Amino acid sequence: MKKHLLAFAVAAVAAGSAFAQAGDTLAKIKSSGSITLGVRESSGLGYTLGNGKYVGFHTEMSERIADDLQKQLGLAKLEVKYQPLTSQNRVPLVQNGTVDLECGSTTNNQARQKDAAFAFTTYVEEIRIAVKANSGITGIKDLNGKTIVTTTGTTSVQTLRKNKRADGLTFKEVMGKDHADSFLMLESGRADAFIMDGSILAANISKSKVPADFKIVGEVLSVEPIACMMRKDDAAFKKAVDDSIVRQIKDGSLAKLYDKWFMQPIPPNNVKVGLPLSAATKEAWEHPNDKPMEAYEVK
Amino acid sequence: MNWDWQVFCEDTIERQVVQGCFGKNGDITYLDWLMSAWGWTVSVSLCALVIALIVGSIIGTLRTLPDRPWTVRFGNAWVELFRNVPLLVQIFLWYHVVPAIFPVLKQVPGFLLVVLALGFFTSARIAEQLRAGIQALPRGQRYAGMALGFTTFQYYRYVLLPMAYRIIIPPLTSEAMNIFKNSSVAFAVSVAELTLFAMQAQEETSRGIEVYLAVTGLYMISAFVINRIMAFIEKKSRIPGFITAGGSGGH
Repeated sequence: MKKHLLAFAVAAVAAGSAFAQAGDTLAKIKSSGSITLGVRESSGLGYTLGNGKYVGFHTEMSERIADDLQKQLGLAKLEVKYQPLTSQNRVPLVQNGTVDLECGSTTNNQARQKDAAFAFTTYVEEIRIAVKANSGITGIKDLNGKTIVTTTGTTSVQTLRKNKRADGLTFKEVMGKDHADSFLMLESGRADAFIMDGSILAANISKSKVPADFKIVGEVLSVEPIACMMRKDDAAFKKAVDDSIVRQIKDGSLAKLYDKWFMQPIPPNNVKVGLPLSAATKEAWEHPNDKPMEAYEVK
Repeated sequence: MNWDWQVFCEDTIERQVVQGCFGKNGDITYLDWLMSAWGWTVSVSLCALVIALIVGSIIGTLRTLPDRPWTVRFGNAWVELFRNVPLLVQIFLWYHVVPAIFPVLKQVPGFLLVVLALGFFTSARIAEQLRAGIQALPRGQRYAGMALGFTTFQYYRYVLLPMAYRIIIPPLTSEAMNIFKNSSVAFAVSVAELTLFAMQAQEETSRGIEVYLAVTGLYMISAFVINRIMAFIEKKSRIPGFITAGGSGGH
């Protein structure tokens, strides 16, 4: 809170204006000459290469947002700081001002909208099923009586639970401690299927010893809009971020960025993820919006 | 800080607040889930504690046997093996590596593996304490037992162990409490215990602070109950005039 007050005081003096507010992120960025981006260490949309280097589709997109903010604020130089976040601490760190903009793999849902604001959806995640290629499983109906793994601390567990009740299936559910652990359970035969975000499944398969042994099958179990998260009640900052996203969609640079991170070989192993742009993501780019997950219908 | 303790009364599918906080007709609320998670934590801990006490007692005793160099070496090897490898690594060895060597173990549920891993890990520590307890006894006690014509088994059973156990009750209390706290590693092999509940429920509800506070409270209660049970045992097993009562300091 003290930091906030300090930022406020500096902003007020620097701008010479009484209009600056404590929740004014743009003023904070302008006065401090820096922006703090929340990034992920290992996720489908952002990850680290070590040594404080953060890359990925969403990470690079947020750097471009920072560029646009710099132009808008007329700053000669804008220092970009990176703060790695986890699923557990991302909301509090955005709320308390440690991070100005979090572009990781955060699902925009109603529960989180109570705590934070979301920019326009830039990626629509589809929850899919990965199985061993020779397992004969083709969809959720084949999972009756099977063991299914998902990762602790993800929304896929809820998806699984809902499907279980809707389809009257009985299956055994196990939870991996992280995605690598969950994938290991599928690989070692402890689980028959791994239910998770399509991008995470594709990334894990591409990194496995024999990618051809696995495939993603069946219907889309749930659709989740992924968006950058920021503090609530800061309309000017949200508009600036949204404008930058619309700019990136309009001039095709976001599509290029997608191609770079999902269709081309990427570091550190120079392996392709190979996940073409989904119809749902394309739709979200054509009609920029910040609707929560609850507004999406599973087709 | 605005609290939202109602979150525990929500059902886990639609997230609607349920009357009475406990789910009906097969639906479960976060409170139901929390209680079941607590049950798993307590089950893992108590089962592991039983294994740790039995195995730890055997290994600890073996390490003090006279004129049995190979038995002593076996005991030493056991202790060094299980206390030098981090617990989480041991869990993964049991879950992913050992079944790769013996495929029959793939059918063994994670619960059993984690009980074995936690039990053996703690057994090494208890064995070390028991050895220290036995060696703390005056040598004359062993000789007195032998002079009475007891066999090795008999003088351990009737003379050495009853005294050694009384000496090591305080560190044993710590181990019993540690087992509850260490049981949190069970989440790594998908046992639905408190830590797994905390990570999952906070993600689903976005009410991390309430969830972690509740889980912390349950860990503290569990560890404290075992602490009180051990304190009761310590009090009841005390022999007046032999081992001074705890807390009275040195004389």
